[in-house]
Amino acid sequence: MSTKMTRRTFLKAAGTLTAAAALPVGMVEVTRAQKTGDKFTFAYISDAHITQIEGASFVRNFDNGLKKAVLEVNFMDPQPDFVVFGGDLAQLGKREEFEHGLEMMKDLTVPVKWVIGEHDYYLDLGKYWQEKMGPLYYSFDHKGVHFVVLASILTDDEWTHKRWPTPEERMLQMARLDNPNGSPFMVKEEERDWLKKDLEKVGNETPLIVLSHSPLYKIFKPWNFWTDDAEEVQAILKPFKNVTVLHGHVHQVLYNQIGGISFQAFMATAWPWPYPVTYSQLPNMMPVMTVPMNRADPFKERDGTGWGHIQYNGGLVYHYELWENSPRVVRQDSKMKHPEDAEYQDPAIRTPPQLHY
Amino acid sequence: MVKFCISVFVVLAVTWGMSAWAQVPLGLPPVPIPPDNPQSPEKIDLGKRLFEDKRFSADGSVSCSNCHDSSKAFGDGLPTAEGIKKLRGTRNAPTVVNAAYYETQFWDGRRPSLEEQAKDPFLNPIEHGLTSHEPILDVIRKDPFYPALFQKVFAIEAKDITIDHVVKAIASFERTLAFGDSPFDRYLYGGDKAALSEAAIRGIDVYRTKGRCQDCHTIGQTNATFTDNKLHNVGVGFRRIQPKVMQIANAFRKAKQEGKDIDKAVLGDQEVSELGRFVVTLRPSDIGAFKTPSLRNIAVTAPYMHDGSLQTLEEVIDLYDKGGEANPFLDSGIRPLNLSAQEKADLLALLNSLTSPQFVNLIPSKKKE
Repeated sequence: MSTKMTRRTFLKAAGTLTAAAALPVGMVEVTRAQKTGDKFTFAYISDAHITQIEGASFVRNFDNGLKKAVLEVNFMDPQPDFVVFGGDLAQLGKREEFEHGLEMMKDLTVPVKWVIGEHDYYLDLGKYWQEKMGPLYYSFDHKGVHFVVLASILTDDEWTHKRWPTPEERMLQMARLDNPNGSPFMVKEEERDWLKKDLEKVGNETPLIVLSHSPLYKIFKPWNFWTDDAEEVQAILKPFKNVTVLHGHVHQVLYNQIGGISFQAFMATAWPWPYPVTYSQLPNMMPVMTVPMNRADPFKERDGTGWGHIQYNGGLVYHYELWENSPRVVRQDSKMKHPEDAEYQDPAIRTPPQLHY
Repeated sequence: MVKFCISVFVVLAVTWGMSAWAQVPLGLPPVPIPPDNPQSPEKIDLGKRLFEDKRFSADGSVSCSNCHDSSKAFGDGLPTAEGIKKLRGTRNAPTVVNAAYYETQFWDGRRPSLEEQAKDPFLNPIEHGLTSHEPILDVIRKDPFYPALFQKVFAIEAKDITIDHVVKAIASFERTLAFGDSPFDRYLYGGDKAALSEAAIRGIDVYRTKGRCQDCHTIGQTNATFTDNKLHNVGVGFRRIQPKVMQIANAFRKAKQEGKDIDKAVLGDQEVSELGRFVVTLRPSDIGAFKTPSLRNIAVTAPYMHDGSLQTLEEVIDLYDKGGEANPFLDSGIRPLNLSAQEKADLLALLNSLTSPQFVNLIPSKKKE
C-alpha cells in the first residue's frame, strides 16, 4: 500500500466514523421544524431483480441482496412504520420470480407498500401483481402525509398491445437498455386524471410524497431514466407546497430539485448503475453525478447496492444504507431549497471514487 | 555518572528497536508517525519499560508483554488472551508486530491509534484489572527511575505525568516493532529470485487469483502490509450467536445508548464479542465483521482468527476454500474457491515464507523453508 493510498484510506475511515456517529439521532435535530404531520420513519427496498435461471434455480447474488435488505430492515430499532418496495421485484415478470421474491419479502416484520416496475409489468401487464400485491396505483395517508403510488412505467397502446408476437418478447424488449425498439415510460392520461381527482381532496399545505418506479423527470432516455409525460405530472403536483418524489429504477444515489419538487432515488439491492465510466472502458452518455458514488471495491458483489430509510419530520432526511461502503445521509438544504449530502460535498473531505482497475 | 549509565542502558535496550525504526524494513512502507508523538530513542526505551512493567495491573501479574511476548513474536500463543487471575478474554491477542500500520486498532477497530488502544487493557477487568489509570501514575511518580525518564522525554515534572504521556511512550516503542525482510520480501521486493521455493512462488499466483486472498490481505507494488484495513464477516464464531442474534444485537444497542463501556462488554461477554464491528457502528451489516489482520509472521503466531479457534494454517485455508462459515451477514467477497490440494499446498508454502528474520527461531523445524 503506497503512502498516497494510506492518506486516501485514512480519509475514508474518517468519513465512515463521522457518518456513523451522525446516524442515530443527529439528523432529526437539523431538520427544519415540522408544520404538519408527525415524525415517523419508513424504509425502502428496491430493484431486487429476482432472476430465475431454470426451475428452482435463481441468481444467487440477487437473492442475497434482497435477503440482506429484509434482514437489515427487520433489525431497525425502532422499527419503521412500513417498507416501500420500489419496483422490479422480478427480472422477467415470471410467476416463479414473484413467488421466490415474495417468499423472501414475507419475512419482513412491517407492512409493505408496493410500487410496480417495468420488469414486473411487461410479461402479463400487471395481472399477477394485482392479484398478489394490489392495485397498480393508489394513495394512502400516513400521520399527516398524503402518499401517492403511481405506475409510471406504462407506455403507448400500440407498443404494448400490437407490436410484439408474444408477451415474453415484449418483456425482453422492455428489459433492454439502449434499445432502438424500446418505448419511453409514461404515467398516461387515465392515471393522471385519477391523480388530479385524488389530489382534489387534499389541501395544498398537506405534505405530499409520490412513489414511482421511474424518475418523474427526464434524465437519460436510452435507459428509460425517463418519464415521457413527466412535465404533465409535475404540473399536477405543482400547487402543493411540500412535494417529494421517491423513485427506483436508476440503481444509484441520485437526487434533484425541479421547482418545488424534490426527487430522490432508491438504491437497488441487485446491482448498481452505472459502473464508473472507466470500468466499462468505453465512453458513455451518463449524466455527471452531483456527488460520485464511492465505489471502491468491485471484489464485493454487494458494493454499490443497498437499501435505505427516510425520516419524516416536516422535511425528509434520507439515510442510504450502502453495503460495504460508508452510509450516506441526504437532507433538504433549507437555504438552497434542494436536497444535499450531509457529508462529502466538500472536495477536500470527499472520498474519491476509484478511477482505475 | 547516572546520566551516563542511563545512556548506556538506552543504547543496549533499543538497539533492536532502533534498527527497525531508523530504516524502513524491506517490504514495508515507512511506519506512520503521528505529528504529536515523534519518535526518539529515549521515548522508545521508556515505552519498552512501561510495556513490560507488571506493576500496572490489579495484582501485579500482568504487563502488556504478558499477551504480547517478545519471545512469542509479540503474541501469546493462546486462543484467547489471559489476564489477571488467569481470567480469559473472548479474543485472540494479536501480535504487536507491524500493528503500527493498522489504521484502526483492536479486532473491531474500536480505537483509532496505538495510543488510544493502549489505554483500554489497563482498565479491563479481565486484562490488567485496574479501575482507573491513577494507580499507574502513582507507581510511575514514586519509581526511582521513571520520573527522570519522563522528564527527559516529555520535559515534565513527575506530578504532571498523565496517562497520555504513558501511552505515547508505549506507542513509540510499538512503532519500532516493524518487521519485514521475509523470504517473500526478498523475492518480490529485493530481487532475490532464489529466496522462495517453487511452491511459494506458485503460491503467490494462487494468492492473487483463484485464492482471492489479495483483495483483503493486500500485497502492493512496492510493499505489502497484507491488510486492506477493512472489517469483514467471514463467519468464524457466528454460530455462537446465530439463533438469537437480533436479541443480542438489540440488547447491546440499548446498553450502548445507555452508556455501557464497549471495551468491557466486548471482552467480557462472548456473545457481544461476536457482534464484531457492530458494537462500533450499530450497522446491522457490520455484525460479525472483524479487521483484516496482516499475514506477516503468520507461521509463528498461531492460533488464528479473532477467537483463536483455528490451530493451523491448513484449517484457515480450508475455511476460505469453502467460502467461510455461512451466515446472513457473510461478506459478499467471501465465496467458495474450489482450490486443489496442490493450490492449497502452494498457498501454505507462501504463508510459511512470511516470517521475518527476528522470528525464524520460532518456526517449528518441519515448516522451515
